[in-house]
Amino acid sequence: MRKSWWKILGVLLLIYTFIAGLLIEVPRNPQLQETIRNLFFHVCMWFGMMILFTISFVHAIKYLRTGKHEADIASRQYAGVGILFGLLGYATGAIWMSYTWIDPNKTLFNSFDSIAREPKLIGAAIALLVYAAYLVLRDSIQDIDKRARISAVYNIFAFAMLFPSIWIIPRLLPSLHPGGSEGNPALDFKDASMNMRLVFYPAIAGWTLIGVWIATLKIRLKILREQTLAQ
Amino acid sequence: MKKIFSIGLLTFFALVANAQGTTMADQMRENGKIYVVIAVMLTILAGLVFYLVRLDRKISKLEKNK
Repeated sequence: MRKSWWKILGVLLLIYTFIAGLLIEVPRNPQLQETIRNLFFHVCMWFGMMILFTISFVHAIKYLRTGKHEADIASRQYAGVGILFGLLGYATGAIWMSYTWIDPNKTLFNSFDSIAREPKLIGAAIALLVYAAYLVLRDSIQDIDKRARISAVYNIFAFAMLFPSIWIIPRLLPSLHPGGSEGNPALDFKDASMNMRLVFYPAIAGWTLIGVWIATLKIRLKILREQTLAQ
Repeated sequence: MKKIFSIGLLTFFALVANAQGTTMADQMRENGKIYVVIAVMLTILAGLVFYLVRLDRKISKLEKNK
C-alpha cells in the first residue's frame, strides 16, 4: 500500500455516504419521492467522471510539455476510469428515469421516444463517444512516441468537447432532466436543501477518490508491465 | 353550474391529495428495515474495498521485487 491516507478518506466518505445517504431527512418531492437519494450515487458518477477527465487532460498537457512516458500512461488510465464512471452514470440514469420520467399513461417503451430526445442524454453520449474514440485512436498507432503525442493532443480536444456537449448545450435547451436552462440545482446554494448538500459533497469526494485509487493501480500495473517487457 | 361544481370538486380532491403529502418510505424507516439495505450496501462496498486493497498490496510487492 502506498500513500494510503487519501484512500482511507475515500472509503470513510463512501461509508458515510451509504449510511447518511439512506437515513438523512430529504425534501419530500412528489415526483421523485425517495429516489431523490440517487443524487448521492447517480450524479456523483458524472461529477467523478468530469474530475477524472480533468486529471487526464492535465496529464496530457504534462506529457506534451515534458515528454515523460509516465504522464502518457497516467493520461490514458484516468480517461479509462472516467469512461467507466460515465457508463455507470448512464446505466444508473436509465434505471432512475424509467421510474420518474415515464408518462403514466404510456408504457415505458412508448415513453422512450420523448426520453431519447433529452439533450442531457445526447450530450453525455457525444462526450462518451468522443472519449471512446480516444481509446480507438491510441490503440491504432504502433509507434510509442507518436501514439503518446497524438493521443495527448486528441485528449485536449476531447476535454474541450466536454464544454459544449455536457455543460453548455444541455443548459440551453428545455429538458426533463434537472440542471437544464434553470441552472445547476445540485450546486445552487439556494436550491438544494442543506441536508442534501451535507451528503452530496462528501459523496462526490468519496467516489472520486475511489476512482483515482483505481486509476493509480492501473498506472502502476502498466508501468510494471512495460518494465518487464523492456527486460 | 354543473361544470363549476365539478371543477370545485376536482380542486378539492387535488387539495386533499396534496395535504396527504408525498409518499415516502416512512414505514421502512419506522420499523427499521432500512438498516437491512444499508447492511447490504456496506457489505458490497467492503468487498470492493477489500479487493482494491489486495490488488494494491500485490502491485506494491511486485514493485519491491524490481
